[in-house]
Amino acid sequence: MKKITGADIVLESLKKIGIDTVFGYPGGVVLPLYDRWPSHPEVRHILVRHEQGAGHAAEGYAKASGRLGCALATSGPGATNLVTAITDAMMDSIPVLFITGNVARNLLGRDGFQEADITGITMPITKHNYLVMRAEDIAPTFAEAAYIATTGRPGPVHIDIPKDVFIEEADFEWPEQISIRGYEPFPFINEDEIKNAVQLIRRAERPIIFAGHGIIQADASKELMEFAEKSGTPVLNTLLGLGSIPQDHVLSYGMMGMHGSYWANHAASNADLIIGLGMRMDDRALGRFADLNPTANVIHVDIDPAEHNKNIITTTPIVGNVREVLKILITQFEPLSHIDWIHWIDELRRDHKDSFKVPEVDELTPQYIESRIAEKIGNEGVVVTGVGQHQMWAAQLMNISRPRQLITSGGLGTMGFEVPAALGAQVAEPNRTVWTICGDGGFQMTNQEIATMIDENLPVKMAIMNNGFLGMVRQWQELFYGNNYVSVNMSQPDFVKLGEAYGIKSLRVSNKSEVDDVIIEANNHPGPVLIDFQVETEGNVWPMVPAGAALSETVETSDQVKAL
Amino acid sequence: MKHTLAALVENHPGVLNRVASLFRRRGFNIESLAVGTTEQEGISRMTFVVEGDDNVGEQVEKQLYKLIDIIQVSDLSREESIVREIALIKVRSEKNNRRDILDLVEIFRAQAVDITEYSVVIQLVAHPETVDSLLENLAAYPIIEMVRTGRIAMLRGPQAISVPTTEPVEVARFHQASGRRPEGELPYISE
Ligand SMILES: Cc1ncc(C[n+]2csc(CCOP(=O)(O)OP(=O)(O)O)c2C)c(N)n1
Ligand SMILES: [Mg+2]
Repeated sequence: MKKITGADIVLESLKKIGIDTVFGYPGGVVLPLYDRWPSHPEVRHILVRHEQGAGHAAEGYAKASGRLGCALATSGPGATNLVTAITDAMMDSIPVLFITGNVARNLLGRDGFQEADITGITMPITKHNYLVMRAEDIAPTFAEAAYIATTGRPGPVHIDIPKDVFIEEADFEWPEQISIRGYEPFPFINEDEIKNAVQLIRRAERPIIFAGHGIIQADASKELMEFAEKSGTPVLNTLLGLGSIPQDHVLSYGMMGMHGSYWANHAASNADLIIGLGMRMDDRALGRFADLNPTANVIHVDIDPAEHNKNIITTTPIVGNVREVLKILITQFEPLSHIDWIHWIDELRRDHKDSFKVPEVDELTPQYIESRIAEKIGNEGVVVTGVGQHQMWAAQLMNISRPRQLITSGGLGTMGFEVPAALGAQVAEPNRTVWTICGDGGFQMTNQEIATMIDENLPVKMAIMNNGFLGMVRQWQELFYGNNYVSVNMSQPDFVKLGEAYGIKSLRVSNKSEVDDVIIEANNHPGPVLIDFQVETEGNVWPMVPAGAALSETVETSDQVKAL
Repeated sequence: MKHTLAALVENHPGVLNRVASLFRRRGFNIESLAVGTTEQEGISRMTFVVEGDDNVGEQVEKQLYKLIDIIQVSDLSREESIVREIALIKVRSEKNNRRDILDLVEIFRAQAVDITEYSVVIQLVAHPETVDSLLENLAAYPIIEMVRTGRIAMLRGPQAISVPTTEPVEVARFHQASGRRPEGELPYISE
């Protein structure tokens, strides 16, 4: 067998694990890798403008497609620029392979030029990480890394490779088998716990499902609906669980949590059985843990046993892939129905729907724009968001009904996610229309990736909700800090000129009447489009569960907040 | 309550760092930690003592399992186990008190492993509480240096903590079992 360089082994390994696209940025120590790239045209390299962008693009790619994403950076500053994206992928369990170069082996640990202890840094923010010290270890490491990143609870895996390992030659031997003693991603589903769960389900009078990201990751949407229908159980979604059930499904009651609906939050608080499916009982979704619903029984299905009993005490924890678990559960009971309970929730919904809809005002509101975009692109489009008010309105009003339709930063809440993640989603899904709902704040964190879109012909539609404020922070200052606005009011560049400077179609909208036409115009344009929507500046997201409050304390107006 | 946990870990570089980092991040309080080799090549054993209620014990165990390099974790405080620690204690001692110190050594079934004109080094292998008790009895003498290993533990009887057997996974198949995209073409393998 002819020996090849470490760089060639890296690229061959990427092909073996099915990575067709790498979002990357070169630098000194990865030059030997880039030098070999032209011989491996099967792996597309997309040159971003900032490594954080590479990371979020890889996340967007992975979230949109369910496939493993990949980002690459050089040592030192290149590597540390990836850190936010790695943490984001960790918090949201997104399968991404992060590759960095490092200084040559004989320089490691000597504080040489552009050395950062990046494996030390990424240890707590990855599912696993590696420092590869021999060219012959590259192939087995990549095989293992891809396996770890995509199985069990998915997550980011980081591989750090010193410069001279790219140059060293070795045989390319792709392993046929993987055996990791400390890793069991296909746990055996405990029959006793299934039996316990079935008993609780049969006995429940007011059951409720919390359907999370795990449903989407496990492709369990169909099973979720079957289970909900057979057990007559209403379904709530966490932010990242949106799309696991269509909004117009009879048993779908939308999003719960800090900006969830009044009825969803009260249903969660009044249920006698909580069935958490592929979700991690996060504080933004559940409010104050102690008062979520202390008397309810809790069935919690998650592939990661460490999520059980972490935040709330579980009556029946079930460890397993949520699709496999649901498939079993569905066969274990006769059809059930809970008419009174559903009527109770329906009535709440009727009484409180005003706090959860597009305001009927003349001004241009983000709620209006976002609902119009949703209407025009339908569920086959992809919606990406930044973090802030515009994100919550997207979650509430964009009718997210298909798995992988919504791509948003949940756990970490990373502003600046919106532009690069949309770019990555468009790479993964070239045939879908990708819209990204941007905050004027978040957009300015990573908007340089517009240049990448142009290079790579990615027709992303960017809708900036330009309220002139760090809106979500302003809302908190208004409501919880007595209107004391500090450092939330920003001057903006002329976004249209900025877009034009990059050479893309750029439009400005300040009237409601123009919205539909502009959306259609953007959809019909073959390239990227930027739209500066000059929206109402001081709108607030309602309803709201104030930080640290219980879901049952959901408020719908500023007056109610003041009365707290 | 104290939990004594034993973990079998891959002897990979950085594994101690991973464990320490996890304890720091999750706010678990390590009271003692002992690391050493085992009967199996490539596998080390870590023994932790962690303070906290049962919920903390459960979380420590589960969080440890999330580390890929951790193979097996057992909470030995739940079962009958032998718990030991080694202490070396250097006491300033002269002729006039040496006999008293050596009496204590005998009572505690310790050993005097080094005796000079001005000092005695006592070695004790015992349950940590016994070590504490010896130290209390030595309080009257000037202890000039002391070192303890932290506890190690082992189940009583024939059962042992061992590495579970894992079935190797066919690389070309793993994606199918992973539960995603069951109907579609396979995302991960290019050939
Ligand atoms: C990187 C980062 N920095 C700070 C924050 C805190 N933060 C949360 S929302 C928000 C305001 C976002 O403003 P903008 O992007 O304009 O969106 P809007 O809320 O106005 O819709 C800020 C600063 C964050 N989430 N991420
Ligand atoms: Mg804003």
